Amino acid sequence: MTRLLQLRAMWRSSRPAILLFPLLSGCNGPQSALQPAGIEAERVAALFWWMTGGGILIWLVVMGLFIYATHIRRHKEHSVRRTRWLILGGGIIFPTVVLAALLVYGLILMAQLRDFSGTTLKIAVSGEQWWWRVRYAREDGSMVELANEIRLPVGERVAFELSSPDVIHAFWIPSLGGKVDMIPGRTTQMILEPTKPGTYLGACAEYCGSAHALMKFDVVVMEKAAFAEWLERQAAPAKPPQDATAQQGLQAFLANGCGACHSVRGTEARGQVGPDLTHAGSRLSLGAGTLPTNAETFSRWIGHTDQLKPDVRMPAFGMLPADQLAAMARYLSELE
Amino acid sequence: MTKPHEHDDRAPAARWHSLWLLTVGPTIWALHFLIAYCTAAVWCAKVVGRDGSLDGLRSIIGILTLVALAGIVLTGWFGYRQHSFGDDSSTHSEASSGDRHRFLGFSTLLLCGLSFVATAYVALSVVFIGTCQ
Repeated sequence: MTRLLQLRAMWRSSRPAILLFPLLSGCNGPQSALQPAGIEAERVAALFWWMTGGGILIWLVVMGLFIYATHIRRHKEHSVRRTRWLILGGGIIFPTVVLAALLVYGLILMAQLRDFSGTTLKIAVSGEQWWWRVRYAREDGSMVELANEIRLPVGERVAFELSSPDVIHAFWIPSLGGKVDMIPGRTTQMILEPTKPGTYLGACAEYCGSAHALMKFDVVVMEKAAFAEWLERQAAPAKPPQDATAQQGLQAFLANGCGACHSVRGTEARGQVGPDLTHAGSRLSLGAGTLPTNAETFSRWIGHTDQLKPDVRMPAFGMLPADQLAAMARYLSELE
Repeated sequence: MTKPHEHDDRAPAARWHSLWLLTVGPTIWALHFLIAYCTAAVWCAKVVGRDGSLDGLRSIIGILTLVALAGIVLTGWFGYRQHSFGDDSSTHSEASSGDRHRFLGFSTLLLCGLSFVATAYVALSVVFIGTCQ
């Protein structure tokens, strides 16, 4: 019985900590600033831990002095001179010095994060309601456009030029670095140097309208040779339809005016309003991180666009005959 | 007609009850921040460009900071003198005009201390950040 009471008491005292434990799983995964996979993210994570440590240190000293004055020496007389020094030293000088040290550390770090020298690859990213236009500058001066997916070579310093044609967005890949605003009328810059191959998640970090939460993107960090091969494939035009159904899908795509907004290089579709779909089937997600890519999800997206992403500019084409919709979805899912 | 503080033989002159001295330190801090921010913005947008150096700006903000800190220290000194009104045993928490006078002086001194640290923190940014990037 005593044992049971002891266990109950232990449970009562440790319950808050145990209940908070599952929250720690949020610190893990492909979108965590606390699991850095790049030089910049390592610096930001180090800043976070130093800030946390500094905050805890100040709290411990101030609360320690408080407990000392009110509990440990409660019944003893306090010397006025000594008390003044405790208040001045523990309450003012110590926190000021610790905060100044953290500020200096943060400022030095900020200067390091804004060093744009030594970059080997340049990528222009435009945040648009609610997707990402991505343009790779190649060595021969040509540009390769894709959407909602960024691939990076491991160990290379990559310069990003960030812009927006509509409202303020913010470009953030927590595993690789800090966030930078994308401001209409301006081009902002950031540097990322990934250190671990893998797949990560990026997101818009500035509220930008009703589908803000559905403005995500996939980031794949690859070995250098694999990256070069991937970029070569992305630069190539779309592969022609492989069978009659896919051919019917291409015709439906062109006949229904999809090419007015979307480009599929190698076809008559040369629209610039929406995402480039030349290799849409090879991407990890559809609708800026909304759905996986396969024929079924393409069909859902085309037929129910406004339901999947509220207020999106693309109209839903649910009125199309089912066979046309299926053929179009098949064609797009095969654009690898 | 009863004069104010007639009951309090230690009462300082009525004009000493002004709250204005209390606001001087934080106002200097706010002005320093505003002027430093606007000067840096104009410097980067119109003078050296977004990749330019902050070297020339550092001396401008350095002088501005020294002037601001001197103003805050002077105000703090006035606050300290106001707080020292009376003798060693004087309180500053009773309902008398003398206590209010000392209390306002002490508050001025503390606010000047806060403003001093904050102004120095603002100035640190141009010490460690070298370019408009």
